[in-house]
Amino acid sequence: MYVAVKGGERAIDNAHAWLAEERRGDTSVAELSLAQIREQMSLAVNRVMAEGSLYDPDLAALAIKQSRGDLIEAIFLIRAYRTTLPRFGYSEAVDTGVMACDRRISATFKDAPGGQVLGPTFDYTHRLLDFKLAADGETPEAATAPPRMETTPHITEFLQGEDIIEREPSSDTVPGDLTREPMSFPAGRAVRLQSLARGDEGFILGMAYSTQRGYARNHAFVGELRIGKVPVEMEIPELGFAIELGEVELTECETVNQFKGSKTVPPQFTRGYGLVFGQSERKSIAMALVDRALRWEELGEDNLGAAAQDEEFVLSHSDNIQATGFLEHIKLPHYVDFQSELELVRKLRREAQELAEDMAAREAAE
Amino acid sequence: MKTKISAPARKAWMSLLAQADEAELSRLWQAFDHSPDYSWLRPPEAGGVMVRGRMGGSGAPFNLGEMTVTRCALTLTDGTVGHAYVQGRSKPKAEIAAKVDALMQTEAAQNLRQAVLEPLQQVQQARKEARAAKAAATKVEFFTMVRGED
Repeated sequence: MYVAVKGGERAIDNAHAWLAEERRGDTSVAELSLAQIREQMSLAVNRVMAEGSLYDPDLAALAIKQSRGDLIEAIFLIRAYRTTLPRFGYSEAVDTGVMACDRRISATFKDAPGGQVLGPTFDYTHRLLDFKLAADGETPEAATAPPRMETTPHITEFLQGEDIIEREPSSDTVPGDLTREPMSFPAGRAVRLQSLARGDEGFILGMAYSTQRGYARNHAFVGELRIGKVPVEMEIPELGFAIELGEVELTECETVNQFKGSKTVPPQFTRGYGLVFGQSERKSIAMALVDRALRWEELGEDNLGAAAQDEEFVLSHSDNIQATGFLEHIKLPHYVDFQSELELVRKLRREAQELAEDMAAREAAE
Repeated sequence: MKTKISAPARKAWMSLLAQADEAELSRLWQAFDHSPDYSWLRPPEAGGVMVRGRMGGSGAPFNLGEMTVTRCALTLTDGTVGHAYVQGRSKPKAEIAAKVDALMQTEAAQNLRQAVLEPLQQVQQARKEARAAKAAATKVEFFTMVRGED
């Protein structure tokens, strides 16, 4: 039964007006500009771009402002906006080998060509609150050294020379796109990676951590982690050739994992891969671990029944917009549903009581 | 009058315009002070492009996520067509980029290159080098601790 209920409009309008006021907060405190959010909350902006699956720092900053800093709400706004954009096409696959690296480290090779470049990292900080930031302080200027303008080779290229790590067969297969066709299982690695790249950082982190704690253990080394900008090229039909449309900042993680070999393949290392919009190191490492765990079947490993090996479980629960939509809808009016449940429970209780009274009467008669 | 244009040359300037900082491009364009008569073939519109990556950096492609792009196309009175595909949602930036693309195919090319493209190129190169210089300063220089005596 559907019952139209009216009467909430005024309350809703007033709630939204109050929301706007609360969003602004104390008006004696200066209002945040989008540029301030973009420049000074850049890792929040990066997360909203990655999980909103739309690279546009200004839009992400707007979404963060509008959502009062609730990043999942901000991601929701970006996803909704994204659906209004006409799709101009698909880019050529970006070449992370030409990345202008702000950061590039390897946990496996100390003397990697191109070096260990720390970049603007939180690593090696003491995680002590810095009260200087509470006062208006001057920013120290970053040190410089003669720049290295050559491209930085991938670490896995060196291992590939010995064939001691699996090769990633190059192909130009058109990958599935979960924004165009609904996901079906088995999804395949391309759709898995798309889904993980936009999946909730906390969920992917939890799944990755579960593999480290022994649920489908695949002992990962961070072969390489790099952060920097890469150009994005697309073939322009009107022109008949590809041009660069711009550049995006990416975080790429390649893991090197153990593999004992099989009947046909001698022992060699295997790989997990993480690629995320923006500077998003935790997410890209986690993505690489989960990618590797999900590859168990292709690599002839046992299904240990671990959650991180279950493609359907991981992909169906990693999207925080789907999850939040379903979770939060239960707070919306369910008056009619609840009314029918209420009547059912009352009826069952009435029947139970009648039965008990019946039994009591029969026992008394006997 | 139209001149013969090579695809690599056009690709280079269109790529440069796409990545240009809007404020910088706008300042240089206004200083160039030569706005041609034109009509729209396709007025500026914002849209999305799905960015692809490759598994393991070199393997099969997958869809990573979208980026915003604004495109437009216009024609000058002599029939020269200018196109623009630029990152972001700025219609004024796309408009300038399409005008520059069109004029670069005419005899205005030489002046335009000096007034707009070369300064843009320099700014972009300087920005890249400044970042690379900061990255270089965070490169770890390992040294081995020698223990014991020979």
